[in-house]
Amino acid sequence: MKTSILALTLLAATTGSPALLAADAENGRTLYRGYCAQCHGLEGDGFGVNAPDMEVAPKDHTETAEMQARSDADLFKAIKQGGKAVDKSVLMPNWDANMSDDEIRDLVAYLRVLSNTGAK
Amino acid sequence: MIIFNKSISLSLLAGTLMFGLAPAYVAAAEAQFVLNNCASCHVLTQTEKDTLQSYMSRKGPDLYYAGNKYREAWMVKWLQNPQRIRPGGMFFGNHTEVTDEGDVIKEGSLPDPVHVKLSKEDAQDSAAYLMTLTAKSDLLAEENYTPKKISKRMGAMNFSKFKGCSSCHRDRPDYGGVSGPELYTAAERLQENFMTSYIRNPQVWESKSLMPNRHLPDKEVSKLVDYLKLLEEK
Repeated sequence: MKTSILALTLLAATTGSPALLAADAENGRTLYRGYCAQCHGLEGDGFGVNAPDMEVAPKDHTETAEMQARSDADLFKAIKQGGKAVDKSVLMPNWDANMSDDEIRDLVAYLRVLSNTGAK
Repeated sequence: MIIFNKSISLSLLAGTLMFGLAPAYVAAAEAQFVLNNCASCHVLTQTEKDTLQSYMSRKGPDLYYAGNKYREAWMVKWLQNPQRIRPGGMFFGNHTEVTDEGDVIKEGSLPDPVHVKLSKEDAQDSAAYLMTLTAKSDLLAEENYTPKKISKRMGAMNFSKFKGCSSCHRDRPDYGGVSGPELYTAAERLQENFMTSYIRNPQVWESKSLMPNRHLPDKEVSKLVDYLKLLEEK
């Protein structure tokens, strides 16, 4: 995982994404374990412990193609304001009271690692 | 299993009394019992702020505002016959196993028994003392819950589809998420104004609570509590 974080940092450096360059994907991983993994799974595949009874399947964050199609701003908005704000399920809540903007940026950086996609 | 013995705390107290330092209050013995036996897993006085890491490694819920959270009758009952409230343990991530069928709670990893069993007298004494721990009273003072009638069907739909509570919480033993505490027993366990206050703003009670603040208006907060109360009455 360390290697992919390094790769991501290098990628961010070469593509010049200042927001994600400063973000800490390692901290994002801790936040993911705390807040996201209950539905999206410890490994991010969408099969968290809460998933079996949910009426809308949580997104699979390891799907590179699908995650590539989402911008950092999109992901940030979905986390901060919830699924409804990006025309997705209300079952994805708004996490604005749980995480600061910086923490959400860390989380977005970790999503890039998880999905093996670059910042955009 | 740790043996909890009030006679030890009483003899400690008696030791203090011999030196004439403290008046003989039964309340002091109750307090000492709780301090001696509960503090290793529960926060009894608010100290430093939680971090996400410290929150995820908690062994039991904070009790420094127990008197503003729990119903005493329930505590007395539960302490004599503790039953699991959180299907995924205090923090689901510490008990989760990744399998080919998806993540599951590893049954054997949950503490068993879930909590030490107390005698009736110790349960009554502990609950009486815990009711005196009333930090954050100002938050309850802001609440003004008035029960309203709600149909079970509408309540259930609101709980799961509209508000998304069932993603993490169960409103019946066999349906819903497992990362949060079960809620079909919530109204039996918790004070009404605590429920409304916590739903309104979880972070003022637990700064690192994993529960989102859905920014609900008063009416919507009440509607959820109406439903939780209906579940208790069944």
